[in-house]
Amino acid sequence: MTVATTAPRAAPAGQDLILKIDHVTKRFGGLVAVDDVSFDVKRGEVFALIGPNGAGKTTLFNSITGMFPPSDGRIIFEGTEITGAKPHQAAEFGIARTFQNIRLFEYMSALDNVRLGQHCRSRSRLWDSLFKTPFERHEERAITDRAMELLTFVGIEKRSEDYARNLAYGQQRRLEIARALATRPRLLLLDEPAAGFTPQEKVELMRLVDRILAEGITVFLIEHDMKVVMGISRNIAVLDHGELIALGPPEVIRNDQRVIEAYLGKGA
Amino acid sequence: MLRSIRKVWETDPRQDPNPLVYTILTLGAILYPIWAQVSTGGQGDFLISVLADAGVYILLAIGLNVVIGFAGLLDLGYAAFFAIGAYTYAFLASEHLIVTPLQTAIHLPFWVVLLVGMFVAAGFGLLLGAPTLRLRGDYLAIVTLGFGEIVPRVFKNVSVWTSGVNGISALDKPVLPVWLNGPWSGDRLQLVQNFKIISPMAFYVVMVILLGICVVLVNNLRRSRVGRAWMAVREDEVAAAAMGVNTVRMKLLAFAIGAAFSGFAGAFYGAKLSLVSPENFGFSVSITILVMIVLGGMGNIPGVIIGSLLIYSVIFLFLPALPPLAEEWATNLGLGSLVPPSGEWPGIGQEIQNLKFLFFGLILVLTMLLRPQGLIPSRVRKQELTQGVHEDQTIEDVNAETTA
Repeated sequence: MTVATTAPRAAPAGQDLILKIDHVTKRFGGLVAVDDVSFDVKRGEVFALIGPNGAGKTTLFNSITGMFPPSDGRIIFEGTEITGAKPHQAAEFGIARTFQNIRLFEYMSALDNVRLGQHCRSRSRLWDSLFKTPFERHEERAITDRAMELLTFVGIEKRSEDYARNLAYGQQRRLEIARALATRPRLLLLDEPAAGFTPQEKVELMRLVDRILAEGITVFLIEHDMKVVMGISRNIAVLDHGELIALGPPEVIRNDQRVIEAYLGKGA
Repeated sequence: MLRSIRKVWETDPRQDPNPLVYTILTLGAILYPIWAQVSTGGQGDFLISVLADAGVYILLAIGLNVVIGFAGLLDLGYAAFFAIGAYTYAFLASEHLIVTPLQTAIHLPFWVVLLVGMFVAAGFGLLLGAPTLRLRGDYLAIVTLGFGEIVPRVFKNVSVWTSGVNGISALDKPVLPVWLNGPWSGDRLQLVQNFKIISPMAFYVVMVILLGICVVLVNNLRRSRVGRAWMAVREDEVAAAAMGVNTVRMKLLAFAIGAAFSGFAGAFYGAKLSLVSPENFGFSVSITILVMIVLGGMGNIPGVIIGSLLIYSVIFLFLPALPPLAEEWATNLGLGSLVPPSGEWPGIGQEIQNLKFLFFGLILVLTMLLRPQGLIPSRVRKQELTQGVHEDQTIEDVNAETTA
């Protein structure tokens, strides 16, 4: 299925890196939430960011997507520096995200949530909307069709007309992913996608991530569940107190002394 | 009747409830002048004129509904744009500019000034919105409140240009390039050129046509990419931005479109009254319009129309009729002694006159208690009220997330 095809702007051929975090620091007053962190995310991989609570993972996500621009350092997406870009610009560049505490448009239907996701990829102007020009009608039909495809892709097409808030918890997480895919991203940031999931749901989520990957979208996720992380990620970065303490493939991370200490405390 | 209307949209969430309501409204608009003339034996001009005036308020309410109901921005200074539109008409379609430093009168055609008034007001909307729409909720409300106070005061005090408190009078009567005369105006069926809109009926017809156009356009907006983005901004601004919506731009657009409606309505209002004065655009006008949309059902256009009609008739028909009504009742009930003033007692008519806004307040409180969602609510508002208000997720949430 070619549902989640990439954004119109094709990436430079043969480019291996999709995201480069270059000495990024984020300070809130005296608190250093992210401290001089650098790592690369390669195109086509699943990259995981892990660490204890308060390690600065979501802050880093917020910096990448322009919600809180970093205090220092650079963020480079597909060779273009996007440090300080506004959130909507980050989406236009091809970075989509989901949220740790689900943030759907609760009083919009599931279908409308996904339609909204296509906002930055549609071109109807105010004039078109006011007068329902043929262009607008055509585009709206395409938007609706694609939204249905995406709902089917994540498996909640039966609930397309329900308010987002009335969906079951797991369906809401899936809807958030569908909405993010609607922006035609090349990099998808998932913030704790498996939080609150049953083991069965976690397996389904891992399958969904595989299918997203098969569409050519790089997945960068924050996750606490080690089974999920170790099962699907090719590379893992570990943050603790804002610092990058380990970086590498799962088998390296699993045996890293500092990581074990960060999670279990010294002397474990 | 009402129950059957409600059934239509409660059974199937995908079905738009509005066609039925719109049909009733259209029929009402057509039948109203006939009823007015027949019931008064041909003396219905006053009633028709009143409804044409109410139309101005409906226009205002539809515009404010875009700002508040669609985009969720609380604008408490909406009357400012109304004033700007009306004064634009006064400047561009009267002899007035002769007595100003400009010393040349400008007489642009009615239609042109309607559009100019619209764009001037939208321009001011952008000017006010650009620096302030980054503010959230309460702050925006205060800024617009201030703007709403400033504008009429400026018109009042720059008397060299606006003749201050006296306002500007003898504005040009609107002229239409072509108009269809017929039995309804007591003529043969024919096209007339340069038709002067003077009769209340002509104003009424023009108003209904303009309203019809506006309702169609606003409905188109609501069901478009733009309307969806507004809804998303209202629901969760952070998420909307993350999904690629330029939230500041969308809010600015809603604000400007609301202002455009207000300016358009203002120009029409000036043309109909042939007079503008700073007294007509105070804070109470902004609040009245806000009450209209809240009472009618925020976000729902037919609800807003019905709310406007209701509030308008309470303020301009029911409340003024109360004092004589009270005197009549007092006399009929054998309490005639209450009618004339004596000592401290001002007379029942005057007493009721003094208390009329108390009655207005009571009516509002009662309606909101009985129907908090508005007379014809949008489905969203109804859900919010029955399932609990959804939390206003703001920047604090992002802050909260970063500490997680």
